[in-house]
Amino acid sequence: MFGKLFSFNGGVKPDPSKADSTREPIARLPLPPQLVVPLHQHIGGTPRPLVRPGDAVLRGQRIGAADGNVSSAVHAPTSGRVVAIEPRLMPHASGLSSLAVVIEPDGQDHRAEREYFDWHAASPGEVRDFLRDAGVVGLGGAVFPSHLKLTPGKQGQTDTLILNGAECEPFITCDDMLMRAEAEGILRGALIMKRLLAARQVLVGIEDNKPLAAAALKAAALALGDAALEIVVIPTRYPAGGAKQLIRVLTGIEVPHGSRSTDYGVQCFNVATSLAIWRALEQGEPLTRRIVTVAGNVERPRNFDVAIGTPISHLFDAAGLRPDTDKLIMGGPMMGIPLPGIEAPVVKAMNCLLASSPTLFPPPEAEQPCIRCGECARACPADLQPFELYWHSRARNFGRAQEYHLFDCIECGCCAYVCPSHIPLVDYYRYAKSEIWAREREKDAADSARERFEFRNWRAEREKEEKAAKLAARAAAKPAAKPAAAGAAAAPTSMADDPKKALIEAAMARAKAQKEAVEAKNTGSLTTAQQAQIDATEARRARAAELADGDKPE
Amino acid sequence: MIEALLVMAGLALALGAALGAASVLFRTQGDPLVDKIDAILPQTQCGQCGYPGCKPYATAIAGGDADINQCPPGGDEGVRKLADLLGREYKPLNAEHGVEKEKAVAFIDEATCIGCTLCIQACPVDAIVGAAKQMHTIVADLCTGCELCIAPCPADCITMETVTETLDSWKWRYPVFELKVEPLQVSAQPPAKEAA
Amino acid sequence: MYNSPFLRQKTSVRRVMTTVLVAMLPGIIVHVWLFGIGLLLQIAIASAAALACEAGMLALRRRPVARALGDGSALVTAWLIAVCLPPLLPWWMTVLGTSFALVIGKHLYGGLGQNPFNPAMLAYCLLIVSFPALMSQWPGMQGSDAATQLHWVLGGERALDAVTGATPLDALRTGLRGAADVDTVLQSPVFGFVAGAGWEWVALAWAAGGLLLLALRIITWHIPAAFLGTLAAVAGIAWLIDPSQFASPAFHLFAGGSMLAAFFIATDPVSGATTPRGKLVFAAGIALIAWLIRAFGAFPDGIAFAVLLMNICVPLIDIRTQPPVFGHKNGDAP
Ligand code: SF4
Ligand code: SF4
Ligand code: SF4
Repeated sequence: MFGKLFSFNGGVKPDPSKADSTREPIARLPLPPQLVVPLHQHIGGTPRPLVRPGDAVLRGQRIGAADGNVSSAVHAPTSGRVVAIEPRLMPHASGLSSLAVVIEPDGQDHRAEREYFDWHAASPGEVRDFLRDAGVVGLGGAVFPSHLKLTPGKQGQTDTLILNGAECEPFITCDDMLMRAEAEGILRGALIMKRLLAARQVLVGIEDNKPLAAAALKAAALALGDAALEIVVIPTRYPAGGAKQLIRVLTGIEVPHGSRSTDYGVQCFNVATSLAIWRALEQGEPLTRRIVTVAGNVERPRNFDVAIGTPISHLFDAAGLRPDTDKLIMGGPMMGIPLPGIEAPVVKAMNCLLASSPTLFPPPEAEQPCIRCGECARACPADLQPFELYWHSRARNFGRAQEYHLFDCIECGCCAYVCPSHIPLVDYYRYAKSEIWAREREKDAADSARERFEFRNWRAEREKEEKAAKLAARAAAKPAAKPAAAGAAAAPTSMADDPKKALIEAAMARAKAQKEAVEAKNTGSLTTAQQAQIDATEARRARAAELADGDKPE
Repeated sequence: MIEALLVMAGLALALGAALGAASVLFRTQGDPLVDKIDAILPQTQCGQCGYPGCKPYATAIAGGDADINQCPPGGDEGVRKLADLLGREYKPLNAEHGVEKEKAVAFIDEATCIGCTLCIQACPVDAIVGAAKQMHTIVADLCTGCELCIAPCPADCITMETVTETLDSWKWRYPVFELKVEPLQVSAQPPAKEAA
Repeated sequence: MYNSPFLRQKTSVRRVMTTVLVAMLPGIIVHVWLFGIGLLLQIAIASAAALACEAGMLALRRRPVARALGDGSALVTAWLIAVCLPPLLPWWMTVLGTSFALVIGKHLYGGLGQNPFNPAMLAYCLLIVSFPALMSQWPGMQGSDAATQLHWVLGGERALDAVTGATPLDALRTGLRGAADVDTVLQSPVFGFVAGAGWEWVALAWAAGGLLLLALRIITWHIPAAFLGTLAAVAGIAWLIDPSQFASPAFHLFAGGSMLAAFFIATDPVSGATTPRGKLVFAAGIALIAWLIRAFGAFPDGIAFAVLLMNICVPLIDIRTQPPVFGHKNGDAP
């Protein structure tokens, strides 16, 4: 595998526009007057708050505990006081708010006592738990909890660990600058993960437009002297930094949608995540800061090392937002999302902030009909037929869209980038995907409601039966003549009308009472489990009959 | 002439026999109709349709006793789906049974709840937890919004709260750049694209 | 509010269509050079008719007229119709064909991007079925001067035998009907080096324009290659079997509308197959049917019918030839 590179189909080559923000080294941004640390910053469960308004917190203190294993903790980025725990505007396309811990820094930056953790001696499970509680999530933008990715796959062993330093999106340079500055930490983190995954080799993929970063990593690898580390420079082509595309380029393996790459013997981490893992395990530093590129329509584009929770206005103040800015974007120009407001805080997923102006990113021209030119299919790195997806998503024909592998779409935007009809193709896919998810949620909710409803009816039925059985048992204990008399008394009018009929009715009542008494004896000694079984059988029978009934009209 | 007729008749017979055989051989073993209808109904179990739950309503539709436009929670979309499934004409929701509302869940004011358990008995989907003389709570995720618990409550402490969108339930909107929205005449109203 | 991608390539339907028009220029110029200004007249008539129909239909369908008119797709259809028709056709026939293509063939199906059939070929078929005699009167080389051509196009009386001749394919068919064999027929003056006199040059010019489209990535190699390859192959096989009854592959490649079809007509993206393998099947199908019609059918050139027949098959071809999706290379395409 040495030296041999593979390639993926499609892709585009937009102008990288990376020079401006790499001129100056990473700047550490001073703390803002208030930090807004959202609790839910990752894929998975929302952490439970561990602090209350008024509490004093220290740097690195856990303020949100992971909710279950598919979740990740949140920490205070500095020392100070919690002033509120309330919904705040999130950097999310919806413009909705979610629960955040608002901290007023005291300026001291006192550090919480470091948890001592010897990861060398700990079991892999303990290391994973530690990483979960250190809040380490994927920093490339997907924010998937990293500890979950450190489990070897089906084969029990991972052949190749890949570090993603490709950073293919235009304008974004945070990984580039980080690799230049922290090459050693990144590689040390990789070696830790290599051990956890029992990987044979570590490949670091870097696009060839970042020669300085590649050189820094090569030098660091040389210094570390581990033969398993290899820095691989790959051709620049968007989206080479997509995890699946990078895995393909470096190993030739294609990981289909919905499978874990470890099952194919590879695992892929962003370089910044690798550094975060190293810092968590070796220095006991939970994830409370990250590098954010601020670029686009600003006076001084640059990379900033900021505390998570810093309002983005603080970053734009530092970079000098130009007045003709018409919107703010989180992420790059290909996959980024428009931000709802400048008060939103920096979160773990935020790799880049772009200021857009009508000249920099002109609004798209009016959408025209698709001419089926196939440009989009040629550009799609997932080998999809984007115009078919578009066609069916637009017609809200979601089943067909899924047949054309809608969920294999990585929303890279290549198709919309090349479309001569200026169709916002990816918007249609996002719309279709979220509709499908919503429908699945609704369906699950309806299914569970149906189940509970049926269970409740069954329970009511059973209670009724039990009551009847009890009554009958009591009745049977008395002499048999009595129910007959009762029967006769109960139907005086019918007796007056027709004595014969009354006699028959009385007899039937007697027989019924007797039968019930016998049955009651039979079932009286049953255990509850047996009873439940009988009831269940009965219910099944009833349902079967019902189903057979229902079948008829068809 | 006779031969032609015979040939045609023979063909018709042969084809008919083949079709009959095929319908026996390849009979679909799918869901029975009631289950298919039930799968479309929203499972709110509110009884607004006039039946004690969605399944009974489904049975009634399948049996031809009920019309397809009696379920307000299922809304217009539900009626359309039923019409599709049953090959019937779509008709608007029957207002006698109520109107389509935004999804809401019940909320018990825990301060005034007296713990009478009446609401628990009323809830068709076991979404209320609590015990006698104890404060009751509604599990919002399980509540279908059927409103059946409101009337029985002697303390009037149950209210319906509209479900607001959260980050998890938020959906991307249908893209609005459409050619169609542009009217032919130059009107005072700007096209939707610019308005958006 | 619009979403990512915020960056977009500089491209547009208008640009694509304009490129196609430019790529047609060599063919048109050579044609006019050799056969007179008739073609230019047809182009002018067809363009005017197409623009008028497009504008009218857009207005009726309440679409933004100016924007859609500017995309150039109507002009491409018009030019394609014009270059397929005999250049001396009376103007009203051209207008009729073009209007049919735009109104019925395009807008009644939902406009740009929705038409299942190639509109230009629809127009051609309509005309050749309705007016077979007029549709087979082609000008000979140095046949008539500009004024006469204009006169005819405007509907003036024409002296048929004097100056209008047949295309090479026509001549070949008539010749073979008259029980001559291919070689004898090819002695006649309408034929040049490989195909018809002058027609080879026009075909070469079309091919040059097509290569330009290929170079600019407006079309892919699949359709021209499969079309020309299949045509050469079937013609070649038949020719080897009986050279006296079947014309050579070279003749087929350079006669009639072969080159035009390979690069400009079969490559219409809207009505053609879209997957790479689908394009190969689609184009090969056209070539096969076209050759069958040329060799055995009632019409001199069968490309138009072949294209329409294959248009019908496009949905099936596309579904059957879905390329494997990333990570699913072992099957399970829709
Ligand atoms: S690039 Fe645009 S116009 Fe071309 S096929 Fe794709 S969606 Fe249609
Ligand atoms: S956004 Fe989806 S469909 Fe479009 S190119 Fe990317 S992966 Fe393909
Ligand atoms: S009205 Fe209520 S009970 Fe009836 S089908 Fe609809 S949701 Fe179910």
